[in-house]
Amino acid sequence: MSDEHGSIFDGLIGGDSSQWAFGTDFEDPLAGIDATTPPGVDGAELAAYCLMLGDDALVMAQRLSEWCSRAPDLEEDIALANMALDLLGQARLLLARAAAADPSVVPGLPAGSPVPAEDALAFFRDAGHFRNVRLVEVANGDFAHVVVRLLLFSAARLALLERLRTSGDGVLAAVAAKGVKEIAYHRDWAGRWFLTLARGTEESRRRLVAALDALWPYQAELVSSHPLERSLARAGAGVDPESVRDEVDAVLAQVLAVSGVDRPEHAPLAGVGGRTGRDGLHTEALSLLLAEMQAVARAHPSGRW
Amino acid sequence: MNAPRRTSGPLPDDAPGARTRERAAEVARQVRDPEMPMLTLADLGVLRGLEVARDASGAEVVIASITPTYTGCPALATMRDDLVHRLNAAGFPHVEVRIVLDPPWSSDWISERGREALREAGLSAPGPAPRRTGPVRLTLGPVRRRLTCPRCGSAAARLVSEFGATACKALYTCTDCLEPFEHVKEI
Repeated sequence: MSDEHGSIFDGLIGGDSSQWAFGTDFEDPLAGIDATTPPGVDGAELAAYCLMLGDDALVMAQRLSEWCSRAPDLEEDIALANMALDLLGQARLLLARAAAADPSVVPGLPAGSPVPAEDALAFFRDAGHFRNVRLVEVANGDFAHVVVRLLLFSAARLALLERLRTSGDGVLAAVAAKGVKEIAYHRDWAGRWFLTLARGTEESRRRLVAALDALWPYQAELVSSHPLERSLARAGAGVDPESVRDEVDAVLAQVLAVSGVDRPEHAPLAGVGGRTGRDGLHTEALSLLLAEMQAVARAHPSGRW
Repeated sequence: MNAPRRTSGPLPDDAPGARTRERAAEVARQVRDPEMPMLTLADLGVLRGLEVARDASGAEVVIASITPTYTGCPALATMRDDLVHRLNAAGFPHVEVRIVLDPPWSSDWISERGREALREAGLSAPGPAPRRTGPVRLTLGPVRRRLTCPRCGSAAARLVSEFGATACKALYTCTDCLEPFEHVKEI
């Protein structure tokens, strides 16, 4: 390698990110975007609310990413990875927005660490500080399992984001407006596969119904409201998930009817002392997921990625 | 030539920075998309504006605004780097790239020239993006798009997957010439 053309490692040493195939990422994913907390909204509450929406997307993205190279065929493998990427993008903006609304939610890192706030939130919080619903953390099962989980998840998220487009918080409104377009594709994908598996073979139908039975107890949490969500809804910045329950039920009823599958009657998964995923109460699956997702970042708290 | 969309109105010709802006915009308009290099960022509709401001020391700063096609688009950083490098190389030492999220990118923003470039490169250009107000309807039936195979021009194409090698593309196979092709999705 001649001196004239330098070394491919120059970018690493000199901080010239263009040496890398995709550069390094934006230092601030909200660069140039007004992230002041709107009047009448409590910064700490807004941050916690953004963590709820962001953690849902982050943990779901991680579970979808685990499908990489494991789907029944290449096209579905790519589809799952695409959906994971959409959700990861949403998570990044939402976690960055949480950090901007209340910097005290960001875990402390060694002085001088270049790890951005949204990465600190993703990689340096323990399970008890994650505010995602428990549906997204359950370990992956077979292909029917990911189809059902995506249907339940995207039906609720799409309805929620659709209303969040008018949020008084400009960042949330913008993330929601983009997210609606993306999640609409996810929900259609899940709905079509649900129908395909239900009407496919005896085996595909058996697996679909088994996945629906296994995941149904987690569905209610998606459309139940936490006091904090109600508070943000009153302040005009958030959406109360209970307000979209009927709409979500109607979409699920439509898929179930076309598929000829009965709506399960299992009781919702209980919380403990009134606490659920939104309060940091999780199943052990989340700790295992985080152990894998966070191990490398935690080993290098001053690492530059 | 499609001018990048502006975040504010054009500067009057005699305004300070107007000439810098014009020259810088000319450079920025040439920068290509890293994943679909047949398109410029301007033709893709992700270059949203270009302004010139002065920093505290009085130096002119070129401020370019870009928007992601999809929220998780990993090419955004490369777009930023490419803009900064091309502008630096063209004699604009101070460049700032900002992200715009609102309004969200729409495939309708791909220019006519961009659509032509897509077709020439063997890709199918998007139709009109869906107009959405209120709850989004679930579509369980087959996806119907009026599109033609960019290789043989046949209207007989089979959707393979709504998700392709990048977030913005779907996969098709032409049932006449049997060649696979990519379609830029309506969003």
